[in-house]
Order: sequence, then structure tokens, then C-alpha cells
Amino acid sequence: MTIGYFSTTASFRIISMISNLNNAAPKMAELGAGSMLLGDPAFNYQEHELNERLKRLYPAVNEEETPLPRSWSPKDKYSYIGLSQNNLRVHYKGHGKNHKDAASVRATHPIPAACGIYYFEVKIVSKGRDGYMGIGLSAQGVNMNRLPGWDKHSYGYHGDDGHSFCSSGTGQPYGPTFTTGDVIGCCVNLINNTCFYTKNGISLGVAFTDLPPNLYPTVGLQTPGEIVDANFGQQPFVFDIEDYMSEWRAKIHGMIARFPIGERLGEWQAVLQNMVSTYLVHHGYCATATAFARATETLIQEDQTSIKNRQRIQKLVLAGRVGEAIEATQQLYPGLLEHNSNLLFMLKCRQFVEMVNGTDSEVRCFSVRSPKSQDSYPGSPSLSPRHGATNPHLHSAGADSPTCSNGVTPPNKNKSHNKYPGVSSASSSSSSSPSSVNYSESNSTDSTKSQPHSGTSNQETRCVARQGFLLNLTWVLCSDSEMEIEAEHYTNGVAENSSTRIMNGTYKHQEILQAEDDSCASRQLCGGNQAATERMIQFGRELQGLNEQLCREYGKNATHKKMLQDAFSLLAYSDPWNCPVGQQLDPMQRENICSALNSAILESQNLPKQPPLMLAVGQATECVQLMARVRSGSCSFARVDSFLH
Amino acid sequence: AYCLLTSHIEVTATSRHYVDRLFDPDPQKVLQGVIDMKNAVIGNNKQKANLIVLGAVPRLLYLLQQGSSSSELRAECAVVLGSLAMGTENNIKSLVDCHIIPALLQGRCMLTVCVTPCQDPTVIPHLMSLLSRSQRTQEYITQIFSHCCKTPEHQTVLFNHGAIQNIAPLLISPSYKVRMQALKCFSVLAYENTQVSMTLVNVLVDEELLSQVFVRMMQRDQPIDMQLTAAKCLTYMCRAGAIRTDDSCIVLKTLPCLVRMCSKERLLEERVEGAETLAYLMEPDVELQRIASVTDHLVAMLADYFKYPSSVSAITDIKRLDHDLKHAHELRQAAFKLYASLGSNDEDIRKKITETENMMDRIVSGLSESSVKVRLAAVRCLHSLSRSVQQLRTSFHDHAVWKPLMKLLQNAPDEVLVMASSTLCNLLLEFSPSKEPILESGVIELLCSLTQSDSPALRVNGIWALMNMAFQADQKVKGEIVRALGTEQLFRLLSDPDSNVLMKTLGLLRNLLSTRPHIDQVMSSHGKQIMQAVTLILEGEHSIEVKEQTLCILANIADGNTAKELIMTNDDILQKIKYYMAHSNVKLQLAATFCISNLIWNEEDGSQERQDKLRELGFVDILHKLTQASDPNLCDRAKTAMQQYLA
Repeated sequence: MTIGYFSTTASFRIISMISNLNNAAPKMAELGAGSMLLGDPAFNYQEHELNERLKRLYPAVNEEETPLPRSWSPKDKYSYIGLSQNNLRVHYKGHGKNHKDAASVRATHPIPAACGIYYFEVKIVSKGRDGYMGIGLSAQGVNMNRLPGWDKHSYGYHGDDGHSFCSSGTGQPYGPTFTTGDVIGCCVNLINNTCFYTKNGISLGVAFTDLPPNLYPTVGLQTPGEIVDANFGQQPFVFDIEDYMSEWRAKIHGMIARFPIGERLGEWQAVLQNMVSTYLVHHGYCATATAFARATETLIQEDQTSIKNRQRIQKLVLAGRVGEAIEATQQLYPGLLEHNSNLLFMLKCRQFVEMVNGTDSEVRCFSVRSPKSQDSYPGSPSLSPRHGATNPHLHSAGADSPTCSNGVTPPNKNKSHNKYPGVSSASSSSSSSPSSVNYSESNSTDSTKSQPHSGTSNQETRCVARQGFLLNLTWVLCSDSEMEIEAEHYTNGVAENSSTRIMNGTYKHQEILQAEDDSCASRQLCGGNQAATERMIQFGRELQGLNEQLCREYGKNATHKKMLQDAFSLLAYSDPWNCPVGQQLDPMQRENICSALNSAILESQNLPKQPPLMLAVGQATECVQLMARVRSGSCSFARVDSFLH
Repeated sequence: AYCLLTSHIEVTATSRHYVDRLFDPDPQKVLQGVIDMKNAVIGNNKQKANLIVLGAVPRLLYLLQQGSSSSELRAECAVVLGSLAMGTENNIKSLVDCHIIPALLQGRCMLTVCVTPCQDPTVIPHLMSLLSRSQRTQEYITQIFSHCCKTPEHQTVLFNHGAIQNIAPLLISPSYKVRMQALKCFSVLAYENTQVSMTLVNVLVDEELLSQVFVRMMQRDQPIDMQLTAAKCLTYMCRAGAIRTDDSCIVLKTLPCLVRMCSKERLLEERVEGAETLAYLMEPDVELQRIASVTDHLVAMLADYFKYPSSVSAITDIKRLDHDLKHAHELRQAAFKLYASLGSNDEDIRKKITETENMMDRIVSGLSESSVKVRLAAVRCLHSLSRSVQQLRTSFHDHAVWKPLMKLLQNAPDEVLVMASSTLCNLLLEFSPSKEPILESGVIELLCSLTQSDSPALRVNGIWALMNMAFQADQKVKGEIVRALGTEQLFRLLSDPDSNVLMKTLGLLRNLLSTRPHIDQVMSSHGKQIMQAVTLILEGEHSIEVKEQTLCILANIADGNTAKELIMTNDDILQKIKYYMAHSNVKLQLAATFCISNLIWNEEDGSQERQDKLRELGFVDILHKLTQASDPNLCDRAKTAMQQYLA
């Protein structure tokens, strides 16, 4: 990193250089997945498409606060309107004698301002007798016995004459007429409160300006036989709305980038330098922080030893050596964990997971492998937390110097890595090539595989060990009187599984295990060591005990229970790494607990538990959400994460 | 070096001093001298000329090529040479005469020299080979190509040297400047060039079709310059026939992009280019015209092009006024061009255009603007609108557009004349209320002079206008036309190499030979020549349309009282008519039968004799056969003719 950069430029980009937000993006895949197996598969597919598209088009919309329109409302329509096809098709069923027979329907929800730019399309399935169709917008409560555009707070584009109606009974010449087969689109720009229409993918230009907020997509029909279909995102749009959005995104980003700071330049610099410095200190980048402080002539609040201590503990957690991390914390910050039993419990749970992983020192000491080499995990997460998608640069940095993404290379780590270049030839050769980091990760986690103990007898031992362990697990679960319901839940997985295994006998077992070994060549429970497995089971009991103790002291804690269940359920699967709860074993999962521990230590030293940089990011995010609530459409294109690269 | 000194240029002592310092033995002083020279020549064309005359160029080249020169000195020399090249055409010529190009190609810096078209064929392969060198060379060399490529021959030369394959990968260069220059290069290469365009559509860049790369470059968040140039590339490829006009990349991407370029938000230069490119894109395609006419209020948007300089800019900001003034002509001509293109086929669009605020007034004043470019564009627009019957009857007459049009015809360059005379043709159609006042303004002489032009387009328009004028005209007008044109010229036009001219001349003849008294009068004075010409055409190698028109003239002649005899006494012609009655083409059969029918018509003097004569010649048999013809029109016509014999 060039220090000079910070001293000359006052820009948001600074965040992206050092950043990596911890608040990992919520997993998006689940939405709607539960209903996927029910009902009409075609409909579910469309539903899925809709969710995906809406999410992509309107990422700033919080649907819990402001749901998006997804269909016409069966409640908010005139009686001459009939709905079908999941409330997307509208047909006229009145007499259609004159304009008094006009009828409209609104969508289920108004257009949220946080959309920034909103778009829907209507396909004319049939123009019916006269093709008196109106497409547009209206506020809640506007008379539905009318075509959109005729009344106050109502706006429409009519097919018979191509005129636009802006809250008035007389239209203005606007666009071409439209009829059967045409696709009419309506786009609301909530940044400048205008609206334009499209016909068959061609923009017809602005129709309305100064639109009020909270308008509903609306269509109106007036003669028999008229049928239209709406597309709120169920299908790809004919008009390239995303291209139009990209223009506004660029406009707003340009506005932010060119925002004048003028006279206050010096002030900004100091603030930014302080932000960078505190961020570095917070995460324990001791050397970088010192270098930065020297170059910018600023002071660091915390003393060196304290930073180094925190750094050490964080490294232990991130390396999966949670037991050691707990010890170190207890030694360096006596009383801290004792006063923070939640944190302790979290750490212990993590320790258990790491035991399963075979990385915690309590089980590693049983391993044939030199304990020293355990540091050289190319796959262990870097100190600085990642956010969202994995960044190839970070990965490559991690491969070279596993614990530090910012280029501060702790010499001892590197040495230990170099000392054992031949532990696994694959891992050492691939760790230098960033493109194959993932490969080396899985490979090196299980260096034991390359040790000469994979004979049949060994497999048998392991097999027995596992059986015993599984029985133990069942015992652990069953002995928990509070977990009856859960035990039932587990019957499907654990109990049945284990019983069938026992009944199947050893011979078949071997086959199964053999097959498993082939398919998932690398990883074994607790590094495949029996003693380690026993230690783990013992630890599991202790943990269970701790939980009960905490329950007695502080009452039941659902979070703890969930944590414990998740951790224990790992043992229910023959291959914990490829099971529904296997996510826990991912080294990335260490990051949360690591930062929680770090924050707790800082808090105990009367230092801010969050770096100001993260506070600023949090505030900015909050501001953008606030903009959505006060109906400022530009919030859609001023997303904080688009400035964090 | 001093021998180059010529007397007509004033050489000052200081100029000489600069050159002298280039010969100093101390390299440090030479460097300082070159730097001083650099500062002295910037923006000073006179100084540049002086230094060139004093022989600075060979010395600078020498220093540039010397291995012993420091890189700093060489760079400065290159900069000075670049600066010298930024001057007048003469300066550039002097530089090229000194073999500057090969020398510069060895170095890294060359940009401004290359504004001159490359004449040396060895330069191009060398430049191509330099493309891989660095992003700088890529940027400059593609820029050089864009600058130099001015003619179809240039395009072919670059094409044959593999320009497409070499430049295509630059479109995805990480450098914006390189991408942009490569894109510009393609727009220059593809312009009106089918070979290049056809090749371009099949080029893949990183497994993506080039047209898709261009579409991506037109995305709305891309820089305007890039959007516009990418749209130009696709436009040229489309016009060259490499992309269909209904392809979605044209309809949904290129066309809307160009319409956006016309919007008020864009810079004046961009609006001019956008409008011109759009006009070019949709010129031949009515569907694109229809789409454009409803896109983003384009027709109304263009009205804004006429509002420069605006009254606001005059008061508030002198700089802005200057800027507006500079672009005002360009804006107006671009808008006229686009209106012309929009309205060239569709009646509804023409109506929409003429209903735009002050449109006709704007055209009228555009016709008399000082700028030829604006006049041409205005008359093109007027021409496009004049294809509408409704507009001819209403707005054209209301605004007396014929007046400025007539004025324009008096003294204009050929390209303006072609458009103006073509417009005049439409204004002279019989239903046009402007026809009368135009006739009275003495247009006949003017049109007759056009028929003597070297340009076939002008000859066609001249004779076409006369033809329209003669349609259902009174005897006075017809006489005037014949007198003004002169029989000699009329018959010269009947042997015109351009078949359009021939067709319209025959049309004129046919219009002159209508209504009986007119026929007899014209035939009595020019009968002999006309019959000769008709014979000649019927015997010659001509299209069906020409022969049909000629037979129609004969039919008109046969309708005259005295004129009939010219045919009846001409056995040669009668044989020809007989021949065409049995022709394989129905149109010709019909026209020939019509002619006979006129000759044997009962109620006229001497009809009996003519009937007898024609029966003798075997016409009745032919007519009888034709009553069995499968074509109903021909069958009817033959039956009507047969009835003359029965009565």
C-alpha cells in the first residue's frame, strides 16, 4: 500500500483498499426454496425467476418494510375486472357501453421509493371490441370505475388514441396507439419523479413529471374482449431497463465522486488517516500501523504489546487453535472470559468444531504430524475479515503468507512453512500458485493422508472408533432431557443411520468406508486419530456440562442450544465436511468468533470495540436505508457496498 | 543547410540562433537549445516555418537517430518535430520530404506528423508491426490510421494489411484510450465499405461477436464518446448490408442510442453527430423511420436544434454565445437532414414533422441561409416532405415555399440544384396549388437549361418538371415548353444515354400530345421528327417501359384528327404496331391495340377507309385472336375495337 495515497486523496475508495466488512452478506439462496417442492413446478420456477429478478433490479428495497408489486390485487379492483393466471391476467367482463363502464385494477403494493427506478410491462393479449385500454399509475383510493389518468393522482397512456392522461379527462398527444400483440412498459423514475412508457422495447419519452409518491401500477379496460397480461418481473422485459438503470447509477456515482469538499480538505485528510490507523490497530496489523503512523506523523493510542497480544490471540483463533486462544486470553486478560460466559461458550463450541476439523491443538497433539507445521495452513483465513465474495487477491496473499492479507509477514510462520516443504508435495507446489488455492486448502488440511498408516487394520480401528463415537453421541443427545423433541428430529439422521451401520456388520462397513474414502479422499474426523476422537467426545461432554451450568445460572439460552446442536450434529454424518451443517467446518467461520473476541478484549481495555472506519460504513449504510424511508429514490444507486471493492 | 534559405520568407536572427545552437559541440548546450526551440515554436506557425527553412529538421532528425544522443535529447527532438508538424500543410510537406516518417518510426513518439495521409505503402506494415509494442503505440497508431483513412482506397489498403485482425483485440484493451481509438478506427474503416463491414460481422473478440462488443460499448453507463462511436460502427455495418435493419442490435440498441445522442443533455457536437448518423442509419428503411419517429419525442426534440444561439446565452455569457454561434449552422443542417430522413416514406411522420412548431418557417428561412450546408439540408427536408400530397396542398402552399425554392434554383451548386429541382418536380404536380404561381414566375427557361446539364440527375429533374408541367396544361404552356426547349434539344433527349431521362422525355411528349387540337397542332409542326424518333425507339434496344411509353405516344397521335394520317400513311409504323399486338408482353399488346382502336374509331372522318386498309393489313384477324386473350383488359380492348367494324 502506498502511504502517499492516503495523504493526497480524500475519497471513499480508501475503504475499499483496506476493507473487507465483517457483516458477511446474508445468504440469498434460500428464499422460496422451501416451497419449491410443492405445487406447480412451472409456477414455482416463475416465482423463483421473479424473486431473482426483483432482487437484482431493486437491491435496495427491503421487502419486509415495503413489498414490491408482484401481481394485481383481487381486492383493489372494479367489479367489471376479472383476474386469472395467478392474478397476472386482466380481462374485462362488463357491458362496455360507454366510459361509465370503465374499470381498473391496482397492483398489490405501491412502488417503493427505494427502487430508484421501477419498471413493469403489460402485454396486450387482445384489444377486444374497441381497444380502450389504459396503462399507468394511481394512488390508493382513486376511483376504480375509471381508466387510469382520468382522475387526480392517476396517470395513464391509452391504446385507442396514444394519448397520455395526466389526472385529467382530456389527453395530450403522447405516443403511438397500441393494440393486440404490443408490449407496453411503464417506467417510474423515483429520483426525479417522472415516468416514461415503452412500446415493444422502444422508449417513448417522458410522459409525466412531478409524480406523487406511493403510486400503484394500474391498468384499466373499457370494452368486452379486452385482455392484458402483466409482467412485474416474472419474465425478462422487452425493454432493457437494466441499461437505463446503469445510466442513473453512473450519474449518481459521478455525483458522489465529484462531491465538493473544498476548504475542508486538510480536515478530511486527518480524519481519513485516523480511520486507517485505528482500523490497522484494531485488527492488530502492528507493523503496518506503526509504518503508517510514522509516515503520516500520527499517534497510535494503544501500546505495542497490547496490539501484539491481540494479534497473537486472533491468529490462534483463525488457525483453528481455539483451545490455545482461550488459554492465552485467560493468561493475558484474566477475568475477561469469566465475566463473559457467552463469549466463552461460543469459543468452546468453536473449539469443539475445530476438534472435529482436526485443527485444535487438543486433538492435534495426537497426530503423527509435527505440531509445528500446523501453522502453515494455506487455507486458514487471513486476519482481516473478508466480506461477501471471495477476493482472488486476498487468496493469493493468503497462500504466500497465510495469516496476513496486508503484507505483514510474521517471520516465524513463514519459516515453519518453509521448513516442511515436502509434507505434501501437492500442497507446497500449489500454494505458490494463487489459482489453485482451493485445491491446496483441502489437500493440506489432511496431510495425514500422506502418512503411511492407511492399511486395512488402521481403517478398521478408525471404523470401530467411529461406531463407538456415534453411540456416544446418541448417548449425549439422549441424556439431554431437554432435547427430546430435537432427539426425535435427529432420529431421521443420526439414530437410524448409526443403527443400520451396526446391523450391517463390519465387512460391509469397510466397503462403505472404502467408498467414502475414495469419494472424499482427504478429510477424516479429528484427523483420523482414535485418541483424539476420544478426547473430543470427552470435550463434548464437558461442553454439554458447561451449557447446563450456564442454564442453571442464567436461564435457558436458545442461541447456545442452537450452537451446541449444530456443533454436535457434525458427528451425525459420515462425512461432516459434506453434510448440511458442514458449513461450520469452513475456516471462514472462525472470523466471526475471532472478531467477537477481539472486540471483547478491546472493550476490556477501554478501547472502542469497533474501529471508526466500520462505524462510518455502518452509518453510511444506515443513512441510505433512511433515504429509502423518506422516499429519496437515489438511495437505490448510492449503495455503500458498491463503493467497497 | 543554409542554402535552403529563400528570399520570400523573413528570417530573423533569433531563428537562426536556435538552429546554430543545435550544432554546439557541448551536448548539454544542444539539449538546452532544443528545449528553448521547443518553447519558441509552440503555437507559432511563422517560427516553425522559419526553422524549417533554416534546416532545423535534418539536424533534429540527425540528433534523434544518433545513438550517442542521450534519451532526453532524443525525446526533446521528437517533441520539437511533432510541434513543427502541427503547423501548416506546407510545414508537414517539408517534414515528409525530409524522410521524417521512417526516422520517427524508430523512435517512440510520433503523433502529429501523421495527420497527413500516408502515401508510402511501406509505412503501414511497419505501423501494424508496432501495434504490439505498448499501449502508447496502440493508441497512437490506431489514431494515425483513423486520421489517414480518407478514401475507399485507403480503407482497402488498411484492410489488405490485416487492420481488422490486428486492431480487433484492442477493443478489449484495459486502456480506455486504446479501446476508443480502436473503435474510431473501425468506424472509419467500415464507412460505406461492404468488404470491411462484411468481414467485421464475423470477427470474434475473446469469443464474442464484434457486434456484441459494440453493443456493450453503447451501454448507457459508458462514456458518451464511446457510445456514439460504437453506434456509428454498427450504423455503417448496417448500411453496408452486413447487419439487417430489423436486427435487435439496430432496432433496440443502435437506434435508441443515437436518439439519446440528440437529447438536450448532450453536447452540441454530439447532438450534431448523433442526428447525422441517425439520419444515415434509417434513410433507406421505413420501419426504422417509424420507430425513430416515436422514440423519446425525437421529432419535438429536434425542434430545439433551431434555438441556438438562444436569447439567454446572448445576454449572460459571451463565451457561450460564441460556442452556440459556432455550432448553430451545424445543428440546423443536422436537424434538417434528420427530418428529411424521417419523413422520406411515411405520410404520418411527414404530418408530424410539419406540425412541429414553426417547422415550415424554419425550412423557408433555411433555404436562404448563407451556409450551403444548411441550404442543402433544408431543401432535402423540403423534398422529403414534398412527397406528401396533403402537404403540397396545404402547408407548402400556405408558406409559399416555391418562392425561396425558385430563388435557390437561380444560383446554386449542383448538389443543391439536384434536390431543389427534384422538389420543384413535386410542386409542379397538377394537384399542387403552387403550380400556377411557379409557372408565372418563368420557370420554363430554367428547367430547359437544366436538361442541358452534364449531370444526369439534373437532366432527369429538368425534364421531369417539364413533364409534370405539361400534364393537362393549356395550349399556351405547351407551346412555351416546346418553344423554350427547342425540337433539337427534345430529340437529343430522346437519345439520352440515361434511360430515366428518356422515360421522362417520352412522358413529356405524351403530355404534350393530349387532347385532340393539341395533338394536331404539335404533329403538324413536328410530326416528321416525332415519327422518326418513335420509329427509332421502337426499333432500338429499350426496356419494356420505354417501348410501352412510346406506343402510348402513338396511340395519342392516332387520337388526333389530322395526325392520324401520319400513322396511316406510314406502313413501317403499322407493321410495328402489328408486331407489338402479338408481343408476349401484355402491356405492349394493350398499348398497341389502343393505338389501332383509335385509328378505326367509327364516328370520325375517314374511319371507313382506315378500317378497310387495316383489315387488308390483317389487323382484324389479330384483333379477333386478342378477343380470346386471357388478360381481361386486353380482351375488352380488342372486343371494343372489333365492334367498330360491326357497327
